Amino acid sequence: MTRFLAAKIGESLLAIWGVVTIVFFVSRVLGDPAVLLLPVGAGQQDIDSLRAALGLDRPILEQYFWSLLSMLKGDFGMSFQHQRPAMEVVLERMPATAMLAATALVFGTLIGATAGAVAALRRGTISEFIVMIAALLGQATPVFWLGIMLILVFSVDLGWFPTGGSGTWAHLVLPGLTLAVFVSASIARLLRSSLLDIMREDYVRTARAKGLMPRTVFFWHIARNALIPVVTMIGIIAGELLGGSVVIETVFAWPGVGRIIMQAIQNQDFPVIQAGVALVAAIFIVINLVVDLLYGVLDPRIRRR
Amino acid sequence: MAPLLEVRNLTVAFDTPSGTVHAVNDVSYTIEEGETLGIVGESGSGKSVHALSMVGLIATPPGRIVRGEVVFNGRDLLKLSQRELLDLRGKEIGFVFQDPMTSLNPVLTVERQIAEPLKRHFGMTSAQARARVIELLELVGIPDAARRAGQYPHEFSGGMRQRVMIAIGISCNPKLLIADEATTALDVTVQAQILDLVRDLKRKIGTTVIWITHDMGVVAGLADTVQVMYGGRIMERGPVRSVFHDPRSAYTWGLLKSLPHGGKRGVTRLYQIPGNPPDLTRDPIGDPFAPRNPFATDRCKVETPPLVDAADSVAGHKVAAWYDLRAALATQEARP
Repeated sequence: MTRFLAAKIGESLLAIWGVVTIVFFVSRVLGDPAVLLLPVGAGQQDIDSLRAALGLDRPILEQYFWSLLSMLKGDFGMSFQHQRPAMEVVLERMPATAMLAATALVFGTLIGATAGAVAALRRGTISEFIVMIAALLGQATPVFWLGIMLILVFSVDLGWFPTGGSGTWAHLVLPGLTLAVFVSASIARLLRSSLLDIMREDYVRTARAKGLMPRTVFFWHIARNALIPVVTMIGIIAGELLGGSVVIETVFAWPGVGRIIMQAIQNQDFPVIQAGVALVAAIFIVINLVVDLLYGVLDPRIRRR
Repeated sequence: MAPLLEVRNLTVAFDTPSGTVHAVNDVSYTIEEGETLGIVGESGSGKSVHALSMVGLIATPPGRIVRGEVVFNGRDLLKLSQRELLDLRGKEIGFVFQDPMTSLNPVLTVERQIAEPLKRHFGMTSAQARARVIELLELVGIPDAARRAGQYPHEFSGGMRQRVMIAIGISCNPKLLIADEATTALDVTVQAQILDLVRDLKRKIGTTVIWITHDMGVVAGLADTVQVMYGGRIMERGPVRSVFHDPRSAYTWGLLKSLPHGGKRGVTRLYQIPGNPPDLTRDPIGDPFAPRNPFATDRCKVETPPLVDAADSVAGHKVAAWYDLRAALATQEARP
């Protein structure tokens, strides 16, 4: 177990290093932040002195090694735009993103799991048909379009919820719902097919031959096995959501991580881009690790010693 | 004394997109308490389906029990409520399935899987069930039972898993144990060990056994009575010695002839039954084996032969055939 964790942490550091390196070089070809930071019409001299102040006049490899070294110490540099530590700028957006992600995940999973189970258990009935059509639509609808439609109906026409921003529970409803639709559709479809596969397994027949109650057969023999792929899926979705749902945060003006990274890219705020991407990568890696560990709990065949 | 199980005219069909599959047609037989009945037949002969359908283990739909009665211990199983069937399965009728690799749940411990029917039917506590699980594992010959109980199926070999399956089947001391191709997926040596175990268990606990297999050799070594099925019908049945030494159905005769004989020297080609397995979507009229039967008469194709006592044989030896196999074989041999 310790060896497994050590190997995973080593792998993770390597992955984060790779991500940071790519982002460093890609962001450098985007353009010159000094030009953007100065007012229109600033002279070449102003630009040059700002570049020197930001350290952008140094050779690119030198910049890379310096920033890598400081990242190792946990210092991602100062945001060009906010004049504050870049990681701080990103991290303060984390609670908003986490709240939105948690809402979407909890409701999406509850609705999706129920719908998927109903579809599998009521195979061949109108309920299955309705659930599957709804799930297909939910998965196929672009989230930005759904978000805008919900704003039009529930904010503009009915005036029930604010069109955007954050602060109260009412602000959370529409963006949370939009994401939950997508999450629940994915989970419902996967769980249904997974359940239907498992129901055909020989060991389910064994369980029924023991005279076990249908409830026991379903939860302990069918669902227990069908959940394994669903857990992976939830992990992937959780990673995506915690990395900030760029589109939804933009549509609903939700002050989250995705939005701050988006703004940093537009403003060529290199330190914030790097801090944001490193954070998102780290979140993904941690969630993957949690999923790996959960696997061991769910499936003894891959449990490690 | 009334037989433990009496099957009367059991007929099972499956409604599929390509037509109705007549899987089991008018199957009737009895099994006495303590008897071991070997049911032999190829895939699609209805041997497994008829056993599963007796206790509601086939999917309905597409499966459908067309008619029949299955009187077990005085009750018609086909008339029981869902709840009564649940109370009976695993308790009064135990099952051992084919392929222990897939018939055990990979994510639950062996202890849990054996304990489930004990808790369900006898309301045992976990501690009581655990004691009984260890006792059962020892009974089926698994060494170090207390430690092995806590392990998962993938930590067991194929033969050991089959022993676990048997422990599940006999856990509640069922009156009847139905083993469906229980040794098919195993190596020959392991198969022999499992058969020894079953004979040994029969001596110890005296359960009535229905052993379903496609392997004549297994039946010869285990069963008191053998019943040969083909195309959803019983072709022949009777005491093992009588059926093996004096078969009266051309299908049984073909099966026996296609077995290799250990003692014989030299290279002889094994007999091969001509033709293909029957198309079960056709209406079950006539003798299902007639198209492949070199001795078939015209009557075989149009009229279904009833299962009747075989002429000049021992009591209980029955055959469903219009032709006379002994006479046909005698003329064949007389030819130059």
